[in-house]
Formats: sequence, C-alpha cells, structure tokens
Amino acid sequence: MSTQAPEAPAPEEPRRGSLTSAKGRMADPIFKWAVTACGTIVLVILALMVIRTTSEAWPVFAKEGFFGFLTGQEWRSGDSRTEITGTYGAWPFIYGTLVTSAIAIVMALPLAIMVAFYITHLAPRRLAKPLSYTVELLAAVPSVIFGLWGLHWFLPNVLRPFFEVLENLLGWFFLFEGPIRGVGYMAAGIVLAIMILPIMTAIIREVIAVHPIEQRMAAYALGSTRWEVMRNIVLPAGFSGIVAAAMLGLGRALGETIAVLMLIGGSQSWSTSLFGTGSSMASHIAATFGEATPEARTGLMAIGVALFLVTMIINILARVIVRRLGRMTGDAAV
Amino acid sequence: MSTMTSTPVRQHVPLSQRPPGSSFRRFKDLLATVVLTMAMILAMIPLVLIIFEVTRRGIGVVDLDFFTQTEPPPRREGGGYAAGFFGTLYIMALAISMSIPFGIATAVYIVEYGPNRMTSTIRFFTDVMTGIPSIFVGLFVYGLLVIGWGGLGFGTFVGAVAIAVMMLPIVTRSAEEMLRLVPDEMRNAGYGLGARKWQVIVHTVLPAAAPGLTTGSMLAIARGIGETAPLMMTAFGSGLIVTGFQGDPQGSVPLQLFKGAAQPFEAGIDRAWGAALCLFALVLIFTVVARWVGSKASTAD
Repeated sequence: MSTQAPEAPAPEEPRRGSLTSAKGRMADPIFKWAVTACGTIVLVILALMVIRTTSEAWPVFAKEGFFGFLTGQEWRSGDSRTEITGTYGAWPFIYGTLVTSAIAIVMALPLAIMVAFYITHLAPRRLAKPLSYTVELLAAVPSVIFGLWGLHWFLPNVLRPFFEVLENLLGWFFLFEGPIRGVGYMAAGIVLAIMILPIMTAIIREVIAVHPIEQRMAAYALGSTRWEVMRNIVLPAGFSGIVAAAMLGLGRALGETIAVLMLIGGSQSWSTSLFGTGSSMASHIAATFGEATPEARTGLMAIGVALFLVTMIINILARVIVRRLGRMTGDAAV
Repeated sequence: MSTMTSTPVRQHVPLSQRPPGSSFRRFKDLLATVVLTMAMILAMIPLVLIIFEVTRRGIGVVDLDFFTQTEPPPRREGGGYAAGFFGTLYIMALAISMSIPFGIATAVYIVEYGPNRMTSTIRFFTDVMTGIPSIFVGLFVYGLLVIGWGGLGFGTFVGAVAIAVMMLPIVTRSAEEMLRLVPDEMRNAGYGLGARKWQVIVHTVLPAAAPGLTTGSMLAIARGIGETAPLMMTAFGSGLIVTGFQGDPQGSVPLQLFKGAAQPFEAGIDRAWGAALCLFALVLIFTVVARWVGSKASTAD
C-alpha cells in the first residue's frame, strides 16, 4: 500500500509485512503465538489458583482431615509458625453460608422468574429494554455499598420491623425464634437475594427469549391466554435454563463477602434460628484475615479452598447447562 | 391446569362470549398480569432506595476537601478519602493495563483462531472464572505473590493483580461477543487486498469492534472499582497516600468505606456515605456510558 512513498527508498520500512520479506513472513506466526499465549493465561491462572491455595492450606487438611475440617464445630486458631496447633472446624461458617444462600435463592428465584416473564412477555415493547437495563444496573452496585445501605438504612428501617412481626407470628417455630439482634442470617440472606436477582433475571430472560415464537403463536391460535402460554408453553421449555440461573445465582451468593460480612453479625458459633448471628465462609475469612496469625491464615486458606471447590462445581454444572441451551450473549456483564 | 388446555373446543365462539370457565381463565390471566407487574415494581424498588439513600446521606459530605484530604480518626469530622481515591486510581490504572490487553488478546485468539478444542476450553473456563468468589481471588494472590513464590508483601501491585484477575474474564467474554459481530466480509476484504492475518486483525477487525470493546472494558472497570474483598488480602488498606509501587500497604475507596461503615462513630459513617456516593456515581457513569456506547455500536451495524 505504501510502495509509492516517494521519499522513503529504504525497502524495509514500506515493505514490512509484504509477502516476500522475511520479517513479514514471521509476523503472522509471532502474532498467533502472542495471542495464544495470552489465551492460555486464563488456564494458567486457574491452575495456579488450585495449586497455590491447596498447597498453602494443605497442613490444615492434613491435620483435621478433609471431612473433619468440614464438620468440625470448633474454630480455635493457634499461633505457631511451624506447625498446626489450633483446632480448625469450619462447620459454623459452612452452615452460615448454606443458610444465607438458601434464604437468598428462595426469595430471589421466584422474583427473578416473574421479572423475566414480565420483561419478555408483558412489558410494552419500548419499556422492555430500559427495564432489563435497570434491573441489571443493580448488579453494578458494589458489594460494599449494599453492605453500607443494608446495615445503616435497610436493616433499621425495613428489616427490623419486619423481623419483629415475623417473630410475633412465628416465634414458636425454631427458625424464627428470638432474640432479634437485627444483623444475622436473615438480614444477610435478604440483602443477598437483592444482589443475586440481576444475574438470575438476566439469564432466565435470555433463556425464555430464545423460545421459538411458532410454539407460542400456535398456543395463542388455540385460544390460550397469555398466562396459559407463559405457564404451559414457555416455562416448561425454559426449565433447565431456570435451573442454570438458580445455580449461577447460588454460586454468587455462596461467594459474596463484604455485604454478608457487614450483615451477618460475625459470631463464630451457629444457631438454628434465622435471626441468629453467625459467619459465612467468605465473611469469616474477610473478618479475621487482617489480624490473623500466619497459622490462622493457613486455616482461612483452607476455608477458601473449600469455598472455591463448591462454587467451581456449581458454576461448571450451571455453565454446562447454559452451554447446552445455545449461545448466550450479555451475561458476561452481570 | 393441563386439563383446561386439553379441553377440546367445540365451536368457534369468541373468548368474550364463552361460558363461565373462560371468564375464570381470563381472570387468571389478569391476576398473573397484576402479580408479574408487581414483581417487576418490587424488583426496581431496591435500586431506587439505594440511589436515593446514598445520594441523600452522601451529598452533604462530598466537597473538595473530601478528595484532597486524608481521613482523621473516625470520631472527628471533616477530612476526606484522598488516600482511598489515590489508591483506587493507582490500583485501577495498573489493573486496567494488565487485564484489558490480555483480555482482548484472549478474545482475539478465541474468535480469530478458533474454534478448536483449545479455544472452547479457554472460553468455558473464562465463563467459569466470572463466578469465582472475589475473596478467593484475594486469597490466591495472597498465596501466590504476597507470601508465596513472589514474597512481595502487601502493596499496590499485588492489589492490582487481584483486581485484574477479577476483570479479565469480563473483558474477555464481552470482547469475544463484540469480535464475533464483525462481519466476515470485512475480513475477506482485507485478505483480498493482500493483508496478512495479523494486519486484518489489527487494522480491520479491532477498529471495527472498537466501540464494543470499549463497552466491555468499561463494564469491567466498573466492576473492578468497587471490589473490596480481594484488596483486603493484597493491598491491605492504608489511611495515608502511598506512592510506592510495591511493598507498602495501599488504600482504596471501597476498603476505606468498609472500615468507615463498620465502626461506631457518626463522623466516620458519614464519610462512608460520601465515599459510597462517589463510588456509586463512578460505577453508574461507567456502566451507563458503556451501555450507551454499546447500543450505539450495535444500532450502527
């Protein structure tokens, strides 16, 4: 393209990349090699993650045993530099993680399904896109802001009165036993529900948006109402997508740290009441990491490995399901 | 439910003139419409509440001092998050320079040199990586660089590495989608002019996808700015402005916000709301502008 350059007789410059120069011939393989190297970085990072953290946490697993670590009731960290002297039982934190995530899924999944159906089937066409953007904007709110808002506004103004009503009505049931401290599993779970709503809505929305229009039209032609089309045609077809969305939401809920840390109360024991305080795996790591001894950090690393394993399994399963449903766009953003 | 839809329709009567059963069906339809609309409204409420409350509590706190002064002890009023803003800017600049080139290069590899077994593996694990808990990324970078093979200690660089690991899959996935949107005719036109593959990619495909790449990168930045958990184990936090590249704990706005929100004194909590407003505004601006650029790009096709 620049062979006409009048005052540049040096052949190397203008002919760089042309088919005959040796430099040009090398450019393509080099470029390919470079982008391939960048591509493999993801795999290298993941491999390093597994190797580094597992080897770091190994002494704790070796002492407690993997299942002993998961089911142990007591967490008492030692301060030795060379060996593991404390007792490391992660059950209270695993329990906290499971309970808060369960609350979040139970509350967010039905809402996400309904919102997705509203956006795809009922919303005026012009509103559909702004509405889905608005819900997904919620995913952009940093976790720490959810924590701040949850702790200093949502909890005292909305959740506490709600908890008191709940305790009055259902206090005889072990899940809703008092005393109400405000912070606790329930508060963390409800804020988590708000946080995982966007990703679940986004995925369910995409799953039901790819549902073939012919089937719906056929159902309408048979005289179905919109509700019947949604309930009997689209919902069953989108079932696996909804499962995948729930699992991805669960993955997010399990790993969420800061907002849970600010709302769960941070005790190292566990209680059966949803109003009780506790810690989740992630929140316990974040809460104690700063002041922890090197040995305690080994224990925290072990919690991290357990958390990683669970979220990886859930994520891989969910992604496999989503993959089967065909190419998804847009969910990278949430 | 299923008995209702499988009931054979005997004659062609408009729905409005059907016997009572159909009015029950219409009632259910109406009920569903109302319930779904209410669900939609309910889903919007948290965002509105958060925006309202953060603005209300934060607006009085944010002034010039808030960006130029460091934070006094939590009991005292005044001062600001200069240390946090500086740290966030520093960390983000490093994280962006690490994650965005690598992310886009990975996407180029997946789209331009795929599909093959390698690219689909990378693609799959990029997806999975978006779901890795942020706290675990912090632990990983702590294990790898802070105490591990690197032994670098806390600091700006390791914090940036953690944020970059969080941003990388977001950049890659969105860049990949955008590169796929570039029509093959443009590539073929480039080849037709005698361009090599790398020339086609660098001079044709990437410029054509530029608005979309911007969108993805901005969304990733918006995500990265607000990350707190990974920084707890890597940057560690600091109340003073730290200019060192590595070795001294570095602050950031989310870390400082978290500390401010978790302590009992009113002045510190007020500053946390101020920081929340700044952080939120930044994230929202990035997200909205990114979407806007993206929608412009997709309507231009």
